[in-house]
Amino acid sequence: MQPDPIFNEFVLKFGTVNGSGSASANLLCAKALFRMGIPVSAKNIFPSNIQGLPTWYEIRVSEAGHTARRDGVDVMVAMNPQSYKRDTAEVVAGGLLIYDSTFERDFGREDINIVGIPIARICAEHWTDTRQRQLFKNLLYVGALIELIGLDAAVVEDLIAQQFHAKPMLVEPNHKALHLGRDYVRENIDIRAEVRARPANGTKNKIIMSGNEAAGLGALYAGATVATWYPITPSTSLVENYERHATKFRRNEDGTLNAAIIQAEDELAAVGMAIGASWNGARSFTATSGPGISLMAEFIGLAYFAEIPLVLFNVQRGGPSTGMPTRTQQSDILTCAYASHGDTLHIMLLPGDPGECFTMSVDAFDLADRYQTPVFVMSDLDIGMNDWVIDALEWDDSRQPDRGKVLDAAALDEVEEFARYRDVDGDGIPYRTYPGTHPEKGAFFTRGTSHNDSGGYTEDGRIHAENLHRIKRKIDGATERLPAPAIDIRSDLSRIAIVNFGATDLAVREGLELLDEAGQTLNHMRLRAFPFAAAVNEFADRHDYLFVIEQNRDSQMRHLLLAEAGIEPSKLIAVPNIDGMPLTATFVRDAVLDALRTLPEYKDALTPRISAE
Amino acid sequence: MTHILKPQFRHPKLRTNALGLTRRDYEGVISTLCAGCGHDSVTAALVEACFDMELPAHRVAKMSGIGCSSKTTNYFLNRSHGFNSVHGRMPSIATGANLANRDLVYLGVSGDGDTASIGLGQFCHAVRRRVNMLYICENNGTYGLTKGQFSATNDRASKNRRGMETPFDSIDLCNMAIELGAGFVARAFSGDKAQLVPLIKAGLHYRGFALIDVISPCVTFNNHTTSTKSYDYVRDHNHMVGRLDLVPEREEITAEYEPGTSADVTLHDGAQMKLSKLDESYDPTDMETALPVLERYKKRGEIATGVLYIDDREQDLHDLIGTTNQPLNEVPADALCPGSSALDAINDAHR
Ligand SMILES: Cc1ncc(C[n+]2csc(CCOP(=O)(O)OP(=O)(O)O)c2C)c(N)n1
Ligand code: SF4
Ligand SMILES: [Mg+2]
Repeated sequence: MQPDPIFNEFVLKFGTVNGSGSASANLLCAKALFRMGIPVSAKNIFPSNIQGLPTWYEIRVSEAGHTARRDGVDVMVAMNPQSYKRDTAEVVAGGLLIYDSTFERDFGREDINIVGIPIARICAEHWTDTRQRQLFKNLLYVGALIELIGLDAAVVEDLIAQQFHAKPMLVEPNHKALHLGRDYVRENIDIRAEVRARPANGTKNKIIMSGNEAAGLGALYAGATVATWYPITPSTSLVENYERHATKFRRNEDGTLNAAIIQAEDELAAVGMAIGASWNGARSFTATSGPGISLMAEFIGLAYFAEIPLVLFNVQRGGPSTGMPTRTQQSDILTCAYASHGDTLHIMLLPGDPGECFTMSVDAFDLADRYQTPVFVMSDLDIGMNDWVIDALEWDDSRQPDRGKVLDAAALDEVEEFARYRDVDGDGIPYRTYPGTHPEKGAFFTRGTSHNDSGGYTEDGRIHAENLHRIKRKIDGATERLPAPAIDIRSDLSRIAIVNFGATDLAVREGLELLDEAGQTLNHMRLRAFPFAAAVNEFADRHDYLFVIEQNRDSQMRHLLLAEAGIEPSKLIAVPNIDGMPLTATFVRDAVLDALRTLPEYKDALTPRISAE
Repeated sequence: MTHILKPQFRHPKLRTNALGLTRRDYEGVISTLCAGCGHDSVTAALVEACFDMELPAHRVAKMSGIGCSSKTTNYFLNRSHGFNSVHGRMPSIATGANLANRDLVYLGVSGDGDTASIGLGQFCHAVRRRVNMLYICENNGTYGLTKGQFSATNDRASKNRRGMETPFDSIDLCNMAIELGAGFVARAFSGDKAQLVPLIKAGLHYRGFALIDVISPCVTFNNHTTSTKSYDYVRDHNHMVGRLDLVPEREEITAEYEPGTSADVTLHDGAQMKLSKLDESYDPTDMETALPVLERYKKRGEIATGVLYIDDREQDLHDLIGTTNQPLNEVPADALCPGSSALDAINDAHR
């Protein structure tokens, strides 16, 4: 007798070989669960390699809406003998493991259910072409899941039909493979998983999208016309998505395009082109990851000092150096905050999910134009490349781009004397004009050398200092116009709180619930931008301790909170995580409890940790 | 060094061009280069060419990197916007600027250090992308601004002031540009204004990537007797492969040419290039025969000048990637934003 099933709360994981075509089958499962109305998240854990190495795909299914990554696998589809050992170990007691039993094997665990399906053999019986034999193996295990976990067959069939609507000939064989898997289980296997999927109502007005697609769409909606880039994981798909949508929505009747996309020779050229285009009045952007930022550094300083709008997407990955190119991290915070030599300080937007990649992408263009400065959108591999369930994207048709202080020919006629770097309004933001605007007025010289307020070269230390202070004032003036921190006072009485930013938010919010269960109610602030708004200090003031959770070794955001917000060092407790995996709620709970145990005021209230997890 | 503006006084008899501008209107702030620096002669030639061409100065964007040569964009076309970027990266800035507004005239000025060393990669890719610009390399075989180190265009036979030789062969920017697909390639000598001015005009008329490698001696660090980039050496070894006369569209061609010795190229804007051959063996419209001839000049230590190559297809980056004819910076926001209904459809495709 099997125990009662647990509905719509589980982790389904696929261990496959990269390059074997499993990715689209795995996405099919995630989408099918989503279409059944259950919130899901899908994490692709892949090697920096094209073919032959182990790769994983984890789907967290949670009707309660807990879609951060979770440790412990309920149903494992183990299709890669190379990783059998590791994959078996991850299955929770009572869980289920599916494998290709064409070659039988003993997995050495009595406490889990093993389902062997002779997948390769069945495929060999039905197809002769080797590529087809390989590809349809993936559909076979999806079919098996229909029986084993209650994946909705009609939903999957529909998705397949949609996927191949341009090649209808492929629908039938894919359906056939799906049914072969389902029927094999139906006829030969008694066991079913303890966890089951069933239709729910949790995805109304939701979509499933990656952050890179959302950010690319944001650039499109913001009116960016020039995209210049150099391929690097995990940022590549951002520009590719921009390009895909631009070639559709920006096509003129004569076939020309209202967009220019250039794959540059390197990141130096990519950012140089973006700066040149924006100097000339087009909205432009580049997307990269850590190594690219390092290369772009000199140019970022030029844009900062010559006050040229610039939007950079940094989809962060594991550093330093080439680091872990296919794992996630938040470790470019300090590099970007102060990118380039000399005194600089840059605006960073910190999206927490793909939805914010869209809105912050649009905002970034307005902010760059308004403040005439580089703006970093600090995404990461987890947000950028993984599929998240988010609210449907929204667009207000009355929204117009804010191009900032730009003088056209008529406005130039009005001004007595145009001086490119003069602080006319007292907010530190000077006026600019695009080259070619007016026959007599407005021409100026853009340079990275020190300049006076009309752009002329100077070695006068006083003028140099004034200029640098004005730029600082200009950026300071932006703080309250940036996305505000998301503050959740969960208890008026609580004197402790979690501070985080970016992709870790789902895990943190679930972790806060686990901490409630452990008797510790914490407040929560998610930072959404740098430099920090006054609300950040106000939040710090009402707490004794802030646990700063971030995915880097050196607690880089904590450094910024110390240095730029002036928060007491003893108040800021570092909670770093650097394994390159999306954060889990149990990590949040355990790390915070561990840290609490070191604090005199909380030590006694907590029992020592005797965890079996 | 400061920012010295020239006096605004205008002599009543100064000749004006069709735009009502005087030569003075095409000048810039006073040069701070060493007296006798070749770069100042290039500046003078640029002023003359732009004045003669009646260029609306505000429609010209002056792009440069870092170096004595790159500084010169401040010394001409005061009414133009200038962008003195970072060392060796002017090509990417110019490419981006051109993407944003295809209607301006892009004039890049760089040095041999800026172009052939730190910026070699960007230079090659700008050539290959056929960015519509005139790129002038003021080539003195040395790093002027950092005080006389060898540059990558310094010939092996050319010793520095202290008698040291470079063990490495020099990079020939013209040969390289021809191979990489530049449409217009010329070499000139800063000391020969009569040759340089028409070349500049042709380069500005040309649609696509135009390079003029101007040997422009550095009087302070590379003008000694053992230098192959000194005034004396260049004067003695200058071999014009052809003479260029540029005739704007509206003028009739009146000059007489010996039959068989001239090639005519009509540029996209109607201007006529008359190329009269001085070297019978040299055909600047044929890459295959031209390159070996250039190689031969080089081996002999001679400097081939004039139009070295011209591709009359005149293709530019925008043709290659199919951007709209309207400058991208002028496309109205409404035409760029797909709007909420398109977003609804995109949402639906993600369910
Ligand atoms: C990244 C960087 N490295 C080094 C320098 C120093 N630097 C300034 S100009 C220059 C060489 C310029 O040589 P060239 O382009 O031939 O110009 P010239 O002065 O000879 O006209 C160098 C190395 C710099 N400005 N930036
Ligand atoms: S150092 Fe040489 S290149 Fe620089 S200004 Fe003097 S002569 Fe010209
Ligand atoms: Mg030089």
